[in-house]
Amino acid sequence: MMTESQPIVEMRSISIEFPGVKALDDVAFRLFPGEVHSLMGENGAGKSTLIKALTGVYRIDSGSIVVAGTPSEFHNTADAQAAGISTVYQEVNLCGNLTIGENVMLGHETRGPFGVDWKATHKEAQRALKRLGLENLDTRMQLSRLSIAMQQLVAISRAMAVNAKVLILDEPTSSLDAKEVEGLFAVIRSLRDQGVAILFVSHFLDQVYAISDRLTVLRNGRYEGEYLTAELPRAELISLMIGKDFSTLSAHGGGRRSDDADEREPLLTASGFGRKGVIAPTDLDIRKGEVVGFAGLLGSGRTELARLLYGADRADTGELEMHGAAVEIKSPVDGLARRVAYSTENRRDEGIVGDLTVRENLILTVQAKRGWARPLPRKEQDEIVARYMSALNVRPANPEALIRNLSGGNQQKVLLGRWLASKPELLILDEPTRGIDVGAKAEIQNVVIDLADEGMAVVFISSEVEEVVRLSDRIVVLKDRKKIDELVNSPDITAERVIQIIAEHGENAVDEEGEQWRMPDQSAAESRTNESVASEGVQS
Amino acid sequence: MSSTDRSASSRMRDLLRQPAFWGAVAIVVLLVLNTIKDPSYLSVTVSPTTGYLVGNVIDILRASAPILMIAVGMTLVIATGGIDLSVGSVMAVGGAVSMQFLSAMGDSTSVGTALAAIGLSILITAVLGLINGALVAYVGLQPFISTLVMMLAARGIAKVITGGQNTAAQSEPFRWMVNGYVFGVPVVFLLAIAIVVVVALVVRRTALGLMIEAIGINPKASRMAGIRPRGLLLTVYILSGALAGIAGMFSVGTVMTVDVSQTGYLMELDAILAVVIGGTSLAGGKFSLGGAVVGALLIATLDKTVLFLGISSSATPAFKAAVIVLLCLAQSQRVRSWFARRRSAPPPASIATSEPVREGVAA
Repeated sequence: MMTESQPIVEMRSISIEFPGVKALDDVAFRLFPGEVHSLMGENGAGKSTLIKALTGVYRIDSGSIVVAGTPSEFHNTADAQAAGISTVYQEVNLCGNLTIGENVMLGHETRGPFGVDWKATHKEAQRALKRLGLENLDTRMQLSRLSIAMQQLVAISRAMAVNAKVLILDEPTSSLDAKEVEGLFAVIRSLRDQGVAILFVSHFLDQVYAISDRLTVLRNGRYEGEYLTAELPRAELISLMIGKDFSTLSAHGGGRRSDDADEREPLLTASGFGRKGVIAPTDLDIRKGEVVGFAGLLGSGRTELARLLYGADRADTGELEMHGAAVEIKSPVDGLARRVAYSTENRRDEGIVGDLTVRENLILTVQAKRGWARPLPRKEQDEIVARYMSALNVRPANPEALIRNLSGGNQQKVLLGRWLASKPELLILDEPTRGIDVGAKAEIQNVVIDLADEGMAVVFISSEVEEVVRLSDRIVVLKDRKKIDELVNSPDITAERVIQIIAEHGENAVDEEGEQWRMPDQSAAESRTNESVASEGVQS
Repeated sequence: MSSTDRSASSRMRDLLRQPAFWGAVAIVVLLVLNTIKDPSYLSVTVSPTTGYLVGNVIDILRASAPILMIAVGMTLVIATGGIDLSVGSVMAVGGAVSMQFLSAMGDSTSVGTALAAIGLSILITAVLGLINGALVAYVGLQPFISTLVMMLAARGIAKVITGGQNTAAQSEPFRWMVNGYVFGVPVVFLLAIAIVVVVALVVRRTALGLMIEAIGINPKASRMAGIRPRGLLLTVYILSGALAGIAGMFSVGTVMTVDVSQTGYLMELDAILAVVIGGTSLAGGKFSLGGAVVGALLIATLDKTVLFLGISSSATPAFKAAVIVLLCLAQSQRVRSWFARRRSAPPPASIATSEPVREGVAA
């Protein structure tokens, strides 16, 4: 299918810097006509940033973009569209209250002598839909009457109506079921055969392997390489994404397993605990003084399960027991009352309260538990501030600094301090070491081990499997929103082994479940924030 | 440049960035304008017969009392990320309840009757605030819609209370509260300031202010930190309602007559302006009660200036708007940095960095 002729898009040494962060660092990307090319990487790898650079949402700081042989500079999305690059986002960006035809042609209506010629416009829409095999749709029907999957296809028609040569599909399958994914893939393949270059982004490895011809892997804003899908084993892809050389991974074994862990008192027992469309019913035991690692890729359900345990989202199936008694955790307030604390992976949106000071952020949860009418006396505030700022080595050591002015690592330490100040029995840390410098990372890892030694139960979530293996007593392995395995850590458990379990699970059976567990509420919310960030970026 | 110079200039820059500072500047400019027209404008004299302070400035303070009340309530509501469009109409309810009660009791000298009227009025307006709060916090309606509905409903309620009449009443204690003097200063202004101080103390000495700011800045993170937003939202809307009721009594007390269609008419806009002038962002978050006080004083000064300069009544709204637009321009970071760039070619770095950093790294 691929022609090694001339790439339609060639991005060379792209760098983009945001205040304090290098989002893309010397990244290359090529896209050929008539191929499906997947962009792979964990959270923060720079996938969205690269796409936004290609679609003109972000300006590149250095590097060049060549489209169809001509060097191009995109100042906004309209420039990119004019160059034949169209994007379909995860959230259907259409107007539900307009008709299908209006949506497909919005902004490109056929004009007649008396304004818009609706008849011709609908005819044109019909033609665009036909290209995707959707000629049976009535273009005068209101869009909102279609299923999400059909709306997704209409969005693709809309993208193709402007004669796009490059089609970017950002997580198009996240809210579709298995059958709908097949329908979408059929459309993608037919467009590919018509010579369209398709950039595909998905968290679902199986889908990536099913649809794409070529892969580009990014990690922490850097280019890790371009591969033919057929020539890259899954396990190797995963180790590229998480940044450990596959052959050296096996050298490190887990060792923190304490011998008496099995006899310890269980703190929390979950049975059949889950939420439809978010995480399949899961059984789970967490004991006092142990570190339980959740290993899995982004979108595997590792975050989703943690959020249910804290009450950030509500479970709709299964039971939860703490200290042997049934409990219901329906909100973070409930979670905190049961002495569960959850440190979010989404530090900026769900963690820090940016315009408040470090001191206010530290005491926020303790104060929330007391209620507003009983303010925490200044002396106790100072004690909390002094204890955690020095124990966690927060820099700058100024409690009156606004937290948004701190580096990511120090923000994370303040948040860790906030949760520790609430004196939890179960502390859930979701990606506590992501996007922070090496020193802060080691400090946080040491804190985790100390806390477990003091008897606290810790759930540790990280996309770095090696880190999970190193810190955990037990490892819960998740894939595609399901717990697929649980390993008692021992010296012969390695990151390699965990990755193999993930890679091999269901490799030959994409749709063995009939209904797959997906519909990521949270990543949908994330993409929304990303878009709003993008639009702010355009204005400023 | 010596270091003291630099710190003085950086302090100056900080001051220029304070929105309330520009509000204060605007008050001074208006007073100067008035003084140019009449050099004796600012003079405050002691009336030889009554011993009261008399003067235009005293009139301004008296007129600012109702605006102060609703501006303080509005500040807290806006800090949570909401808005209360109903305060003007709720003022009419507050005025109507007190006048109707006093005229029904007919006892023009009893302090108890006046206090009962005040209490009843506060109670009823607080209930209206409670309804606003419940619609926002429990039903999940947008604050704009909830309070817009209440804005229409409350004016209707005021008319029902008085039977559509502009009820007048006699009550010496009530009249004293609004028109009287203590130590030569209008009682109503002292009361207003006392209430502002009490609210400020409650908000800042408890954790109420912190939590209001937290939910206004980042509602998601606040929820994850274990803050229950509902109680907070109820509290601020109830407070806003009750303060509007007090503002209504202050407003009708001058003539001891409630005008059900004019009392508090469009006052919600004055309150919102006062809040914005005081530097509280309409997006919610950090709030400044002191700034709201400056804003309320500016609105009162502006109202009096319009009268004093003899600007024709038909042009009054346009004049008011012009002053406020100028003020907002002076407060705008972008406009100031534009002027700074025009003055000196290299723009000062501090202006560029003072823009909030909103951009994050998108995955």
